[in-house]
Amino acid sequence: MKRYGALAAVDGLDLTVATGECFGLLGPNGAGKTTTIEILEGLTLPDAGDVQVLGMHWDDGAGGRALRERLGIQLQETQLADKLTVRETVDLFRSLYKRAHTVDEVLDLVELQDKRDSWVNKLSGGQKQRLSVACALVSKPDLLFLDEPTTGLDPQSRRQLWDIIAKFRAGGGTVLLTTHYMEEAERLCDHVAIMDHGKVIALGSPRELIAGLGAEHVVEFALTDAASAPDDAALGRLPGVQRVRRDDGRIALTVREVHRALPALLALLQTRGAELSNLTTHHATLEDVFVALTGRHLRDA
Amino acid sequence: MRDHPLVQLSLARMREFVREPEAIFWVFGFPIVMAFALGIAFRNRGPGELRVAVARGAGDSVLAATLDRSPRLAAAVLDSATARLQLRTGRVALLVVPGDPLVYRYDSTRTESRLARLEVDGALQQARGRTDVVAVRDERVTEPGSRYIDFLIPGLLGMNLLGSGIWGVGFAVVQARQKKLLKRFMATPMKKSHYLLAFILSRLVFLFVEVVALIGFGWLVFGVGVRGSWLLLAGVTVLGSLAFAGLGLLVASRARTIEGVSGLMNLVMLPMWILSGTFFSYARFPDAMIPFVKALPLTDLNDALRAVMIDGASAAQIAAPLGIVALWGVLSFALALKIFRWR
Repeated sequence: MKRYGALAAVDGLDLTVATGECFGLLGPNGAGKTTTIEILEGLTLPDAGDVQVLGMHWDDGAGGRALRERLGIQLQETQLADKLTVRETVDLFRSLYKRAHTVDEVLDLVELQDKRDSWVNKLSGGQKQRLSVACALVSKPDLLFLDEPTTGLDPQSRRQLWDIIAKFRAGGGTVLLTTHYMEEAERLCDHVAIMDHGKVIALGSPRELIAGLGAEHVVEFALTDAASAPDDAALGRLPGVQRVRRDDGRIALTVREVHRALPALLALLQTRGAELSNLTTHHATLEDVFVALTGRHLRDA
Repeated sequence: MRDHPLVQLSLARMREFVREPEAIFWVFGFPIVMAFALGIAFRNRGPGELRVAVARGAGDSVLAATLDRSPRLAAAVLDSATARLQLRTGRVALLVVPGDPLVYRYDSTRTESRLARLEVDGALQQARGRTDVVAVRDERVTEPGSRYIDFLIPGLLGMNLLGSGIWGVGFAVVQARQKKLLKRFMATPMKKSHYLLAFILSRLVFLFVEVVALIGFGWLVFGVGVRGSWLLLAGVTVLGSLAFAGLGLLVASRARTIEGVSGLMNLVMLPMWILSGTFFSYARFPDAMIPFVKALPLTDLNDALRAVMIDGASAAQIAAPLGIVALWGVLSFALALKIFRWR
């Protein structure tokens, strides 16, 4: 539980992260992900509640420091010193830990060897982020915290970071990350907690959550004349349709089997003389789970 | 050794500093430029010739010629309006109005004018037959230690220690806080004391360069020497630097933005630049202000530096001002630690 004035930033969370897994906190901006992860990192004090990390409680003294030795932390807004080189930055961070990777080891991990003598302010966004992760990995952590590690990165840089996380996990490490990219969570995480307004609204593996929709596909369409659209009841009677949702002129059907629902939909539209302006189908994603739970899209939530 | 956090944190501080060309200029270059400019402007060339005017009237040219014969006076005959204007604007130090009695018009609060009054009166009285009754002989001295530059160099050194302590520490701390780098360090097992000590250590390294540069410059260009012990001078600068680093930490202990801390720094430094006897002696301030002025750390540091450099004072003689400097350092460091915003 964490309050800022009257606003409860995080309220009544109950999460357990198992050793060796990758756990994702998902949600739109302002959902309380960063507050949650910073409470776990011991950087923010909760107003109420119990936090255990690697079986230990946070304290200000030697216990807290001993715990920090085993953690790797990447914060969302940190800007590393502009005029230090990559090597100097890693050297600085490794000096703060009793047990640490060498500079070469960690630069190999994040593939920044060719930039080792560049100043930080000369790095691209993706390289800076990898350096930030390098500073988190330098302590050979048991548990790695990543707060929106790929926000604002291009797809290639994002994939590079995913590879780094995969390598870390292959070595037995545990990861807790926050993201507002659902596809990232689906790809990386064993378990996710979807957060909204400081509360967990869904918890489970991405597969379980999607299966919870009762259907694995989404058919979305739009009509040239919105007035000719069939009503929800008619759409709901189509074979395999679980849910009907209207969103800004588009209609989304969550269906079990596309190959049954689609011909029936087309036939229905034809009998009503409605003309399609657009039709897409995709596998249901965590985004659809979020939409089903909140009625909002992540991006505009 | 190289892997010790204190070493790495100090190294990072020093690297960041030397890679900032503006900082280098303000800390090392500026005081030297200042010493050079002021040293040239106020070099001891004596009062030179004093310009005086004689208003038009009976016997004006004889008066002017008499005055002009004196080696320390330059006299000209001017019409009354021009003469008054030049007197008012300070282009002439004194105006002689012919007549009986002769009238000297001058501003008695101007040193130059009073000097002109003496010279003019002496020259005119002698020309009319006054004789000196006591035999005197002039003995002139121009010794290092009594010139303005000798006064200035210790003051600039003190000002520089203040500026580099407050800027060097304050900006770096607030920048780290603004960029969330401080918070990032708090997410590591780093000891807070190591972080703060690194600032102090890197300050001491630069202190050495600053002191050697400024004193070396004063010695090479103006022949400003150090009369007291070098070791004592080193001790005084180290103490001053530590105290000002503490003050810098205190100024930076809460501020979240560079803009915020800049205002605070000026608030702390400006009064001391003016009051603490950097460019001119604080004895010029009214007596009632002196105790307050003497309580400022820069005043005491300047006093101690001048005592060592000019008077060759011993440690015991400067114990009192050094005590005040140390007290400022200890108190601001302790308070800074207590209220420091770590994230």
